[in-house]
Amino acid sequence: MAGAVSALFLLDIKGRVLVWRDYRGDVSALQAERFFTKLLDKEGDSEAHSPVVYDDAGVTYMFIQHNNVFLLTASRQNCNAASILLFLHRVVDVFKHYFEELEEESLRDNFVVVYELLDEMMDFGYPQYTEAKILSEFIKTDAYRMEVSQRPPMAVTNAVSWRSEGIRYKKNEVFLDVVESVNILVNSNGQIVRSDVVGALKMRTYLSGMPECKLGLNDRVLLEAQGRATKGKAIDLDDIKFHQCVRLARFENDRTISFIPPDGSFDLMTYRLSTQVKPLVWVEAQIEKHSRSRIELMVKARSQFKERSTATNVEIEVPVPSDATNPNIRTSMGSAAYAPERDAMVWKVKSFPGGKEYMCRAEFSLPSITAEEAAPEKKAPIRVKFEIPYFTVSGIQVRYLKIIEKSGYQALPWVRYITMAGEYELRLI
Amino acid sequence: MSGHDSKYFSTTKKGEIPELKEELNSQYKDKRKDAVKKVIAAMTVGKDVSSLFTDVVNCMQTENLELKKLVYLYLINYAKSQPDLAILAVNTFVKDSQDPNPLIRALAVRTMGCIRVDKITEYLCDPLQRCLKDDDPYVRKTAAICVAKLYDINAELVEDRGFLEALKDLISDNNPMVVANAVAALAEIQDSSARPIFEITSHTLSKLLTALNECTEWGQVFILDSLSRYKAADAREAENIVERVTPRLQHANCAVVLSAVKIILLQMELITSTDVVRNLCKKMAPPLVTLLSAEPEIQYVALRNINLIVQKRPTILAHEIKVFFCKYNDPIYVKMEKLEIMIKLASDRNIDQVLLEFKEYATEVDVDFVRKAVRAIGRCAIKLERAAERCISVLLELIKIKVNYVVQEAIIVIKDIFRRYPNTYESIIATLCESLDTLDEPEAKASMIWIIGEYAERIDNADELLESFLETFPEEPALVQLQLLTATVKLFLKKPTEGPQQMIQAVLNNATVETDNPDLRDRAYIYWRLLSTDPEAAKDVVLAEKPVISDDSNQLDSSLLDDLLANISTLSSVYHKPPEAFVSRVKTAPRADDEEFADTAETGYSESPSQGVDGASPSSSAGTSSNVPVKQPAAGAPAAPAPMPDLLGDLMGMDNSIVPVDEPTAPSGPPLPVLLPSTTGQGLQISAQLVRRDGQIFYDISFDNGTQAALDGFMIQFNKNTFGLAAGGPLQVPPLQPGASARTLLLMVVFQNLSPGAPNSLLQVAVKNNQQPVWYFNDKIPMHVFFGEDGKMERTSFLEAWKSLPDDNEFSKEFPASVISSIDATVEHLAASNVFFIAKRKNANKDVLYMSAKIPRGIPFLIELTAAVGVPGVKCAVKTPNKEMVALFFEAMESLLK
Repeated sequence: MAGAVSALFLLDIKGRVLVWRDYRGDVSALQAERFFTKLLDKEGDSEAHSPVVYDDAGVTYMFIQHNNVFLLTASRQNCNAASILLFLHRVVDVFKHYFEELEEESLRDNFVVVYELLDEMMDFGYPQYTEAKILSEFIKTDAYRMEVSQRPPMAVTNAVSWRSEGIRYKKNEVFLDVVESVNILVNSNGQIVRSDVVGALKMRTYLSGMPECKLGLNDRVLLEAQGRATKGKAIDLDDIKFHQCVRLARFENDRTISFIPPDGSFDLMTYRLSTQVKPLVWVEAQIEKHSRSRIELMVKARSQFKERSTATNVEIEVPVPSDATNPNIRTSMGSAAYAPERDAMVWKVKSFPGGKEYMCRAEFSLPSITAEEAAPEKKAPIRVKFEIPYFTVSGIQVRYLKIIEKSGYQALPWVRYITMAGEYELRLI
Repeated sequence: MSGHDSKYFSTTKKGEIPELKEELNSQYKDKRKDAVKKVIAAMTVGKDVSSLFTDVVNCMQTENLELKKLVYLYLINYAKSQPDLAILAVNTFVKDSQDPNPLIRALAVRTMGCIRVDKITEYLCDPLQRCLKDDDPYVRKTAAICVAKLYDINAELVEDRGFLEALKDLISDNNPMVVANAVAALAEIQDSSARPIFEITSHTLSKLLTALNECTEWGQVFILDSLSRYKAADAREAENIVERVTPRLQHANCAVVLSAVKIILLQMELITSTDVVRNLCKKMAPPLVTLLSAEPEIQYVALRNINLIVQKRPTILAHEIKVFFCKYNDPIYVKMEKLEIMIKLASDRNIDQVLLEFKEYATEVDVDFVRKAVRAIGRCAIKLERAAERCISVLLELIKIKVNYVVQEAIIVIKDIFRRYPNTYESIIATLCESLDTLDEPEAKASMIWIIGEYAERIDNADELLESFLETFPEEPALVQLQLLTATVKLFLKKPTEGPQQMIQAVLNNATVETDNPDLRDRAYIYWRLLSTDPEAAKDVVLAEKPVISDDSNQLDSSLLDDLLANISTLSSVYHKPPEAFVSRVKTAPRADDEEFADTAETGYSESPSQGVDGASPSSSAGTSSNVPVKQPAAGAPAAPAPMPDLLGDLMGMDNSIVPVDEPTAPSGPPLPVLLPSTTGQGLQISAQLVRRDGQIFYDISFDNGTQAALDGFMIQFNKNTFGLAAGGPLQVPPLQPGASARTLLLMVVFQNLSPGAPNSLLQVAVKNNQQPVWYFNDKIPMHVFFGEDGKMERTSFLEAWKSLPDDNEFSKEFPASVISSIDATVEHLAASNVFFIAKRKNANKDVLYMSAKIPRGIPFLIELTAAVGVPGVKCAVKTPNKEMVALFFEAMESLLK
């Protein structure tokens, strides 16, 4: 079973081809453009479309959107859909690394490099190589171009395909951010429908040479296997995903996380916890509609974490009818404003200590006259954003991060913890 | 790191091409480089810069890697249109493939493989051979893919030059990326070959499993996907493979995870230990759930696959239903798929929570999503008997919101619930009737009418309710009309009073006299006859107990399911169709079933198990085949419907009535193909063939009477066909004495009884006489009989027409058995069949003939024949505005060239 794509297109927001690379000579750009433009026209908003579409001529199109650019592949074979769609996302990452932002203008401004990259990242429709950092060692933009002919870095075909040799830093440092996003969905009756925590260990490495790293977490499975008394808290991680630098077979064997890191920033691992978490910020809203001409909101927000922690940049978005006008808003803390473009009132609190409760009252006029049996309004949920530094929901702890390099330097690891709101939704009645 | 390439897109005042030409030949390096960039910019925006070919190729010999890459890119695009000039590049290619810089070596061999010009291909072999053994793995990995490229252009060459063996050797390469690309190339070659080329032995297996640990994420996907074809010898080996693959579940790349899941699921089939299987199921659940945190596009692919996985192994995700609850901001295509999986995972244990969710969704704004949510409630009711009552109460709550489309959808599902649980929930009918006036969709209307008819005895004013629908009977869609007819009959049988009696008369009158819908008319006649002959029997028939239904919608047949599970993560698993249903090989005539596939949408809840999975197999329509073997058109057009009943129906209902036999005529000529052998025809043998004479089409038909009696009164009839062929006059066959035979020419007319659907060459014929039953047989329409005498085109108009047609209207086909022994003879022979010669040219040792033909309604065929004189094998390329006819065209050409 094999499958390769026939061509990769970069299209503008109207579906017109900006740049395309034909890999197999069995599709036409014109046809792809025509098909895709029709597809966009039909629905108006492209959101309604599944990212995999079949046209009558036996061609499958897969696409993603980034800013005002569509990335589209056309294929005539039974190719690996997950791999191709993910590849498109990686192409976006590579372009972003090169041009800072991927958009119509940056593609036009760099079309020569775009062609070079498309040639290197995919061959005959098979994804080949998408490590932006390494690619930029032998495919350069004008500003950085050297006249000497470059060779492919060893990394392209090495077992360690994400790091080049010979990197040098004066000061060897590693920054490790443990970021946990809390996803929660609360029903209109106040019951938590689902909740989970998605964590990521985001690393930025500035290390010389080929450093061997070993990371120790308070992973219960590991600690029990080592027969250690679990002093402090050990945690269960539901599902762990590692960056390709981590030796998976080793982890499977003895739960050791060992790796040679790429240079710069990357996600070392992500994990998921599906245990029930208490909503860290609880929001209740009472909405009263008075005779269809006026609406009154009373929003209560309560922080349900320990007092020594503080949530920052709290933002609570409460939906209001789309025709609301004349806002009259009072808050007991922070500031709130009407955001008509989001059909919502947005209440911001810069600093929200644990165990506190704040209030916000608002009144809007509703000028529109609605029919007795009008279709229901769009029922958006209340959405909350926040960050809580120095705190993790899971209780995950980095026990050690050992860095060994043959030159024997000492490297400093810096670890930071933060919890933030992910998809944090509370449904209204 | 932003560039300033956009300046290259601006055009100059002076004619663009001449200016570029000048710059390309400039003595300054930088100027030349800029000029090439401008050329590429022009190419990017779709301008034709092929006329600069020589000038650009002259820039190829450069030390500058960037410039070289641009020239190569230009070559990939235009070499095909300038095959003779492309040869100019060969020398540089060959030189570059020996460059000390591995980047340039790889670039040369990679680009050469992309240039699909025969002459270049010949020169590719030596560099490729070298590069496959290059010291640098970067070059080897590029060369590995290049073998697949070459195979796509010229498979024979690859086999002759031993590249397949070289590729297989690369599986043992010490570099994991080379191994991965070799695997991808071999897998592709295997896909396009019927012979076993790439067979994974236990030896290669261990090589691949080792490489898996070290190659890039994309390479891991290649390896895992090709491993999915490996059948483990026994449970122990299967367990071993699974053990090596399981760590991949922890990979950050979702495609690696899905491909690993595929292998584990496949090998699990062999594993006998229930403990191991249970353990594996437990291990797979978290990674599958995590896929739902990926980008929405990946989520979509994951959900389509999870849909398959839960059908095969429902236990894996039985406790994870909550992760499929929709988020407010999920794209609609993700929400729809989540809903489908929620229904599959709904159980007595979680139904309360699931219903709460469905109810929430049913008040959202996206109409399609809301409808699907309402339908989901109904499907849960049908699936879970103990939850049915709760489902119904949720539906009733939703009806009370009085949102029009919610009410209609609710009524449709309630009808199904009534069928699933007869005599249980009829108490809610009164509530349903309140919404009667708001129904405006046919399916909802039909459902409501069915309910009224089915429960007429319990609804006091059933007759009034039905009567309100009857006023608009003629305007209603067929679906509603049919339900109204049946419901009225039920009402009459249950309450044979005066009111219903009048109603039934009105309906039957409407449905028999005033309609042109044969289904409705036939059903009405059946009811009418039943009611007038035996009302008791009618009761038995119409009010018979119905079989109980179950929710099997979107449930795949188990062999198809296994097929799809072997294709996890691929398009096949996204479409829920086997790869054959949508994979098209390039440049061959389009297969008719491709068109049928266009509809990938899910069918909703259905009573028939076949509806959810049409599998795009056209053969299913050919349920019964007659005793005459059905000749299929070569290109795989959909099979004809069973000829017997259809033909008979058409025989009765046709305008041009059966043609009686008149005077005898006796033409002669070469023997005709036998279509009805005497063994089948109880002694009568019929041979026939369509021929063209003097601009008219005739059916040359002959009868041999091998029976013991005289036969007379011959008549002939043709079923609907692609070209609408029908008899243009009476069939003239004299009475035939035993042992006698007669041959006649029957004038044919076209566009008389056209059959809808994809074109095919099937001609179904019925012949009867006064002594025997009607004989049916199939003939094949040779398309060349339609080639008109007016098909000759001028050279210029041919060229214009060729250019004006888009490239995807071009098709080509090889006729391996055909030989052109003399150009003149072939031209003459084809001209006799109205395929007209226009021009010819020499291309290497082959002759290329350009010809034209035209079929009625002015559809032209622009033909290009390529062949070497005296050597078997003719390549026929054709361009035509009417793509559908291409398959038939090739058939005709092949027979003409025999």
